[in-house]
Amino acid sequence: MVRVVLPAHLRTLARTGAEVKVDVAAPVTPGAILDALEAEYPMLRGTIRDQVSHKRRAFLRFFACGEDWSHVPADTTLPEPVALGVEPFMIVGAMAGG
Amino acid sequence: MSRVRVLVGTRKGAFVLTSDGTRKQWDVSGPHFGGWEIYHLKGSPADPNRLYASQSSSWFGQVIQRSDDGGATWQPVGNKFEYAGAVGTHLWYDGTPRPWEFARVWHLEPSPTDRDTVYAGIQDAALFRSTDGGQTWDELAGLRTHKSAPLWQPGAGGLCLHTILLDPAQPGRMFIAISAAGVFGSDDGGATWRPMNRGLRSEQIPDPTAEVGHCVHRIAMHRSRPRVLFMQKHWDVMRSDDGGESWREVSGNLPTDFGFPIDVHAHEPETIYVVPIKSDSEHYPPDGRLRVYRSRTGGHEWEALTQGLPQRDCYVNVLRDAMAVDTLEPCGVYVGTTGGQVYVSADAGDRWAPIVEHLPSVVSVEVQTLP
Repeated sequence: MVRVVLPAHLRTLARTGAEVKVDVAAPVTPGAILDALEAEYPMLRGTIRDQVSHKRRAFLRFFACGEDWSHVPADTTLPEPVALGVEPFMIVGAMAGG
Repeated sequence: MSRVRVLVGTRKGAFVLTSDGTRKQWDVSGPHFGGWEIYHLKGSPADPNRLYASQSSSWFGQVIQRSDDGGATWQPVGNKFEYAGAVGTHLWYDGTPRPWEFARVWHLEPSPTDRDTVYAGIQDAALFRSTDGGQTWDELAGLRTHKSAPLWQPGAGGLCLHTILLDPAQPGRMFIAISAAGVFGSDDGGATWRPMNRGLRSEQIPDPTAEVGHCVHRIAMHRSRPRVLFMQKHWDVMRSDDGGESWREVSGNLPTDFGFPIDVHAHEPETIYVVPIKSDSEHYPPDGRLRVYRSRTGGHEWEALTQGLPQRDCYVNVLRDAMAVDTLEPCGVYVGTTGGQVYVSADAGDRWAPIVEHLPSVVSVEVQTLP
């Protein structure tokens, strides 16, 4: 199971805690994680990436294992600790006011 | 005794304000969807407990929420607004072509007869409809593909479709307004459209009387006379007596004819309300005095309504969707401000009182009159 950490507003929308677990078949990639997340929590569709283009929303970032995975292709294989559920895949809202 | 339910959209959540018919004591529920921008909430005339809300955020995009219990609980429904067919371009601020791109839902207009049918006006300007309670949305693409659309340009707030009027007497007939394209009308349920801006004059565009390009801020109709329309344009208050075929100015003695909302008294089709704002570059009331203006003559002759409204040091704005009327007797009038106040007048505007004074900046106000 892959652990996914959601920002506060998306936890509220999905009615979950800070972290959710989703089944993701290998290879575990950012795109595959989001596919699984949106299948489990359809209310999150469109809130992390565009529903048609799958482009990441500009004010969100993807972190894992101390690295920024926001700008890599969505089919990039993530480190093994993410696939094993040792390290979470973090969806983080940009530090921006308002 | 009848009750009222006021639906308030703010920059940081939605609030539901309820009262009995006296409209003196209020219960406040919220914030719902705290921290999100709520551009608009509106109830279904066919089932007043069915509410729709447009929830959006720069971080997380667009969500549509639906309630079946008058706003006590909500569930997210469909939020996929995909333009139909070729997307095409409109003009950007610098005059270059720019592909249509979905940003947010500005306005939700439920059908008067079917609780599961609701229209959505979006930015970049297009009209969508759902017939399954908001689960799925289809574009009525005849509007966005109108031959004039490649020349539409956004106003300062974006290229937004912000007003949807459904003719209660003639199903399929509807009007929409876009900043800054103007008014368009359809007689066939939204399949085909034509501009309805004859008589408008806007000095801010190269041809002041162009067929499209006018920054219409709001249009309103009384349900008993759907061929009479009222308009608050960027500057100028206008009316049409021929179903939008032509417009004439009725600004009369207003201290300024710039403003955003306009609405019609529930029982007097010639009584209308506006909130004059100093100018397009100073979005606050003239002289620091918040005054709603009422005309009982369908325009031209206006009276300032001030009792209970702040008459000094007031520099708030009232946005285009932030005025509403209930259908009680006497008619109630509601305005919400960018300063977070929602004011009510339970006597058609003569006297006002704040319902709430410290909400986030108010974007929209709707009211439901309940049995």
